[in-house]
Amino acid sequence: MRRPPRDNAASQRRVTRRGLVIGGLQVGIMGALALRMRHMQLDQADQFRLLADENRINIQLIPPTRGRIFDREGRVVAENVPSYRITMVREQAGDVDDIISRLARLVELDAGELEKARRELQELRGDTPVTVADRVTWDAISRVAANAPALPGVHPEVGLSRRYPLHEDYAHVVGYVGPVSDRDLERIDAPEQLLRLPRFQIGKIGLEARRENLLRGSAGTRRVEVNAAGRVMRELNRQEGEPGADLQITLDNELQSYVNARLAGESAAVVVLDCDSGDVLACASSPSYDPNLFVRGISVADYRALLDNPYRPLPNKAVQGIYPPGSTFKMVTALAALEAGAVTLDETVYCPGHMEISGRRFHCWKRAGHGNMNLHLSLRESCDVYYYDLAMRTGIENISAMAKRLGLGVQFDLPMTSVAQGLAPTRDWKLANRGEPWVIGDSANTAIGQGFVLASPLQLAVMTARLATSRSVTPRLIKSVNGVEQPTGHGEDLGLNENLLREIRRAMFAVSNSNRGTAYRSRIVEDAFRMAGKTGTSQVRNISSGERATGVVRNEALPREQRDHALFVDFAPFDAPKYAVAVVVEHGGGGSTAAAPIARDVTLQALYGEDPPLAAYPSVDRPRIKTQQEQLRKARPRPGRGESDRA
Amino acid sequence: MSYLEHTVKTTPNGVRKILFLNWPLIVLLVAVACIGFLMLYSVAGGNLSTWAEPQMKRFALGLGVMLFVAMVPIWFWRNVSLLGYLISLALLVAVALIGIEGKGAQRWLDIGFMRLQPSELVKITLVMILAAYYDWLPLSRVSRPVWVVIPVAIILVPVAMVLRQPDLGTSILLLAAGGVMMFVAGVHWAYFVSVILALSALIFAVFESRGTDWQLLENYQYRRIDTFLDPEIDPLGAGYHITQSKIALGSGGWTGRGFMQGTQSRLNFLPEKHTDFIFVTLAEEFGFIGAISILGLYALILVFCISAALANRDRYSSLLILGVAMTFFLFFAVNMAMVMGLMPVVGVPLPLVSYGGSAMLVLMVAFGLVQSAHIHKPR
Repeated sequence: MRRPPRDNAASQRRVTRRGLVIGGLQVGIMGALALRMRHMQLDQADQFRLLADENRINIQLIPPTRGRIFDREGRVVAENVPSYRITMVREQAGDVDDIISRLARLVELDAGELEKARRELQELRGDTPVTVADRVTWDAISRVAANAPALPGVHPEVGLSRRYPLHEDYAHVVGYVGPVSDRDLERIDAPEQLLRLPRFQIGKIGLEARRENLLRGSAGTRRVEVNAAGRVMRELNRQEGEPGADLQITLDNELQSYVNARLAGESAAVVVLDCDSGDVLACASSPSYDPNLFVRGISVADYRALLDNPYRPLPNKAVQGIYPPGSTFKMVTALAALEAGAVTLDETVYCPGHMEISGRRFHCWKRAGHGNMNLHLSLRESCDVYYYDLAMRTGIENISAMAKRLGLGVQFDLPMTSVAQGLAPTRDWKLANRGEPWVIGDSANTAIGQGFVLASPLQLAVMTARLATSRSVTPRLIKSVNGVEQPTGHGEDLGLNENLLREIRRAMFAVSNSNRGTAYRSRIVEDAFRMAGKTGTSQVRNISSGERATGVVRNEALPREQRDHALFVDFAPFDAPKYAVAVVVEHGGGGSTAAAPIARDVTLQALYGEDPPLAAYPSVDRPRIKTQQEQLRKARPRPGRGESDRA
Repeated sequence: MSYLEHTVKTTPNGVRKILFLNWPLIVLLVAVACIGFLMLYSVAGGNLSTWAEPQMKRFALGLGVMLFVAMVPIWFWRNVSLLGYLISLALLVAVALIGIEGKGAQRWLDIGFMRLQPSELVKITLVMILAAYYDWLPLSRVSRPVWVVIPVAIILVPVAMVLRQPDLGTSILLLAAGGVMMFVAGVHWAYFVSVILALSALIFAVFESRGTDWQLLENYQYRRIDTFLDPEIDPLGAGYHITQSKIALGSGGWTGRGFMQGTQSRLNFLPEKHTDFIFVTLAEEFGFIGAISILGLYALILVFCISAALANRDRYSSLLILGVAMTFFLFFAVNMAMVMGLMPVVGVPLPLVSYGGSAMLVLMVAFGLVQSAHIHKPR
């Protein structure tokens, strides 16, 4: 094709001109791009870097290991054991149903758990591990691990789980842990993020709950890098938390186990105190339950059974059960009267079997009457009339004040759930709470531990320890925290007249060791370990006027829940008191028949630190005690066999 | 002496042609491609075979094709311009009828050994046909309305077909490249000014009519336009990608986070990190220095192309080279503007760097044409 050269040249000029215009435009646009880059990458770099880090960095909590609990000898009470579970990741598994059926051939899978797992596998993101089986055995885990190639996406995992190796023995003292519930979260203001971790457990009741702050420890953190799908790619750094403190409690595993076994079949409570330090050596409430059930999540049926049991296994009767102390209160009345100078040691009161007080007849337990009673005899034989008379002379305020000095009506700060305050009634208390003025009959009832006065087995044990030592012994439950010894409850001198106290103790000695004493049959014959005690029988029901006329119905003829509570308090050895014991048998009948034998067995067990020789018992009891010892040996868990028991 | 005789006599022939290649341009292309390999290796998490290796093979093939195209005299290419244009139109028709769908668009033709994307091919054939048209058209007629309507039709037919696929990015590219060709060829200013004014008026009218009784579009269409123009109003949908892209780019700072250390791309926060958003990975890992360097390389490629075009006295050649340069410029400028949040995301790859076969081959053919024009220029 031909082209005029002039045209060609003109074209060339125009192309050049317009080409340069376009080039200039391009330069302008590129300049704008460069400026934008500069602005974003240099001026705003920090801000974008921060956003990028926010994108990729996740902070995760590392749950701390819960502190363990040991008994006073360092034997395990609560520990953390590895717990194995099997999880599954859908993305890695591929055909979920196929893998589950393969898994089912190796491990027993719970139908309910499996149902939940299937649902979660469908609903949750594909890379989320879903628990298919929880708390599986080591054998099952090893089978899964051995078959790993055939089970893609299935992972055996290990975590820590609380275990109470002594099962029932410590249910009421130590309590148990359980998963954090919504109610727990509501109760705590500003709950730690840690509590929201799935599978995290906190103390629900007992020591586990009351010393949660010590046992829990603090969470560590790890910063991890996640990708856009939220999957963890690597750990960037890790800050370890603080494991929970190990607690050593004052109880003795062997004694505690013995007491629990001894109380089997009864609705009863026992507290054993060390007279010197106030250490709670045993604290049992029967019947008990296995706290491990709660850790796992108790079944509705099991829980129902515990709630419906008429013997009430759930509350801790030893510290939260409050009972009219009955005749065990007579030491308080006696001491109050003596200290107030209302009565002398030798003064006698005649007991005809009853006493008229403002027109009402108050009976002595012994219808025929005790005749002339002085203080010693009145305690030994537990004469009621003597104490009615003392109440008139002493006045309720003195009695109530003495009760408080001895630990009744005082709430002890023990780290257990619902430690009861009990009640040492006063005039003001009655007016404020009942809206009625105090009447003289109330004083008479209080004097024999009936009426308004209420005490827990723990308080009765404290009272006994204080009577035995003249010191304000205070109970102590935690011996040491992470090896640091806690202050003891040794206590200051009560400031009571030692001569008077000695007489009270002598009378208590007579209760157990004089053949006229109410607890003579439950005596200790080993001279070095003689015990001094006091029986108590407290009425549960009001005795009707009809009954008063016709005579009180015998206890055995009553339905169980109307029978009297049986109580017994003692300390031993008499000469140098080491242990104070309080026993309450709910609806057990008489203190001398139902409570005193238990108290003697427990006291001897504490004194010997093992099954006592039969020689410590009166010869008539020995055959029965021998079989009983054999039975109890079988019934209680023996340490050092099978389970690793020592820390 | 006829023009043809002139060129035949003075152009180099045989193996000597290699000496007359525009070597700086080839070096620049290889340099950019190498950066691409590096980035593809990085976004694959240090894996060569995922993306980098296929890309290297394609580039090698592309270089071969480029040299082959360069060896063929430019007048041959001019003479087949119309044919090429018609073939690419036919392929566009074919893709509309029997094309393969992917990512919600029908763009590919399966021709056995590879998947062909006719919309890529048309980018080069449109430039060729327009260059040939204005080479053929006497300068005196260039601005006459009849002769303006013809190139407009030539441009709009493929644009409409690509838009139907739908492929907005390529449509805009074709439209802009065609417009620039017409501008460079000497069409009167008034045409461009009036088109720009008319378009502005239309856009103004569309937005102004919103919410009135003469509303020009449906409500849902307005909402689409809204998210298209400002993706950040939909932060979890369309906005997510552009937000992550800006974070990645900005967090690069001066020197970047280091090779293979870009958290945004490595942890998959970036979308399409090996194709449309690869520039962001580069900017994240090598920072401002890396980003400005590749912009500089692109600018140098443009400089060499434009100077080659302006130095070429053959009208077809210079128009063709300018068209190729413009297409190339639009590729990277639109891509960069897009990932920096300066314009809506339209799906344009970064030339020579983004992973993808058709685009790379077409670009290499285009640069082959540039080389051919350079070798066979009138001397």
